[in-house]
Amino acid sequence: MNLFCIGLSHHTANVATREQFAGDATAESIVREAGCAEALFLTTCNRVEVYAVSNKRVSTDEIAHCLTRKIDNDPHDYAPPFYRYEAEKCVQHLFRVASGLDSMVVGESEILGQAKKAYELARKSGATGPYLHRLFQRAFRVAKQVRTHTEIARGAVSVGSVAVDLAQRIFGKLSDCKVLVLGAGETSERTARALISRGVSDLRVSNRSIDRACELAQAVGGRAVPFDEWAVQCQEIDILITSTASETPLLTPDKLALMLRERLDRPLFIIDIAVPRDVDPCVNEMEGVYLYDIDSIRSVAEQSLTLRRQQVAAAEAIIAEHVTDFVDAISRGSNRARQTAEHPSLGDSLRPSEL
Amino acid sequence: MDRYLLIVSTICFLAAVVRTGLALRSGVFRPGKFSFFTIGLGFIFQTAFLSIRGHALGRCPLTNLFEVFIFLAWSVAAIYMLVGPVYRLSLMGAFTAPLVVALQGFALIAPIDIRHPVKLPANAWLEFHASISLVAYGAFALACIAGVMYLVQERQLKTHQLHSIFYHLPPLTDLFAAITRLLWWGFALYTLGILTGFFTGHPLPRIQVVAAIGVWLLYAAILQGRHLRWLAPKRVAALCIIGFSAAVTLLWGITFTAEMHPLP
Repeated sequence: MNLFCIGLSHHTANVATREQFAGDATAESIVREAGCAEALFLTTCNRVEVYAVSNKRVSTDEIAHCLTRKIDNDPHDYAPPFYRYEAEKCVQHLFRVASGLDSMVVGESEILGQAKKAYELARKSGATGPYLHRLFQRAFRVAKQVRTHTEIARGAVSVGSVAVDLAQRIFGKLSDCKVLVLGAGETSERTARALISRGVSDLRVSNRSIDRACELAQAVGGRAVPFDEWAVQCQEIDILITSTASETPLLTPDKLALMLRERLDRPLFIIDIAVPRDVDPCVNEMEGVYLYDIDSIRSVAEQSLTLRRQQVAAAEAIIAEHVTDFVDAISRGSNRARQTAEHPSLGDSLRPSEL
Repeated sequence: MDRYLLIVSTICFLAAVVRTGLALRSGVFRPGKFSFFTIGLGFIFQTAFLSIRGHALGRCPLTNLFEVFIFLAWSVAAIYMLVGPVYRLSLMGAFTAPLVVALQGFALIAPIDIRHPVKLPANAWLEFHASISLVAYGAFALACIAGVMYLVQERQLKTHQLHSIFYHLPPLTDLFAAITRLLWWGFALYTLGILTGFFTGHPLPRIQVVAAIGVWLLYAAILQGRHLRWLAPKRVAALCIIGFSAAVTLLWGITFTAEMHPLP
């Protein structure tokens, strides 16, 4: 039996190429058309991959043909940059993919959910069997272990998630926090949604256009506040997200000092994503005020990514250990199977000596 | 024999410090069970030491500066074992271990384990006064450690430079809540310690009384400043560090004068 993976990812193909192969193929259709014993089709915005087990050798072109059959392009015309991993390399690749090491944003966890969903779909359609079952169950275990034992998923890497992460470092639980969104831009909306997803229930939106404020407030489940009242609101809130089109800073240390007088000593977290900035940078020097502009949020995201990259070696070591263990376990199983019934099994293709 | 127990205990705490140091050096900090386990083990050896020493003396082992330092280190570890899991401040172990190593290391190296030529008689009130005061010092030490953690976290948030340790430090508001509770616990125990000092049946040296009341007033001022919102959380955190440094210095003074003029 041959275990292999054929695919395209953001490393090897641009989105225009990838979307040509992420069509209507299913694991079931691959099994039927390519003559595989088992198959699984994993498609995300960054990759299109087929994991399969077959008795005979299935060529890359045959798999490519299965993936492209419903569109006019012929893969032979321009030789898309498919990669192919077999046996042990395939196991290693899947473990890396599931652990987020092969992702565009190293350590992201979404891929694990996508892999589980792809496995579930293939299982329900009857396209998977014992080999892919063992392989994917182990991959999910490895991914969990990598995330638990390394810092690969540590830190936030988008504006919204950095804002949430920082807010949690300051306030702990966000359910008691009051948030004011000043200026109803797209990034503000995303940040507000990220905060709401972490438990914020008191969200106020203020915008020069009250209609837009009402629209955003309705969309995120907050309430609109007239623009001329935002300064009064600052006395109550814990988190301020600003993104107005003002040419001059709306918030200066002098103005804020007056507002803070009424706030006792609760911290104030300000996320200024406007360009030009809405908040004078000197505000960050005030006691209990934590100001992050778009550059500092990007800098935090970059620090998180650096931290994650430093963890790749540790994650690779865990994966290597599991690959060896998995290959050995399959080989042992195949030896036992050979003793009882003489037919080829997956272990034959996984034994390193035969690779 | 009892000193060997103390050496083993110090090695346990040192192991926690070394592991934290290595983790910080590699740029990745991960608090795990190791710190809690090594501190727990160190605490068991500390307790064994104090127990053996107490049996040998026939009283609470607080007869010289050496024993006072060890009892203080024991109080710090004991309160950490209680406070750490309760307030989920697991990282506190990384900050607690160096303080305990410093206290025990100094006690072991410095020639301060001077035995009294005559066996001191047991005095329940005096022993209670001394031990409860040192447990209060343990709470103040933990408040100081939480203060350091608060300032580290606050500094990282202000400068936008987030080290790996940042992700393991408790939120600022939780840390400040822990500082406030530890200060109140420490203050209550210290007040009890001072009050029981008047029931020992012997006149206390005036300098000791003045120093003890000085420490009491310092912590009373911090708590009052906090209660009236005169002091911002950052200042309270900084004052916890200053307060504990002053308290340890005064403790040294008290113990030193006590050794000069021992109570009967």
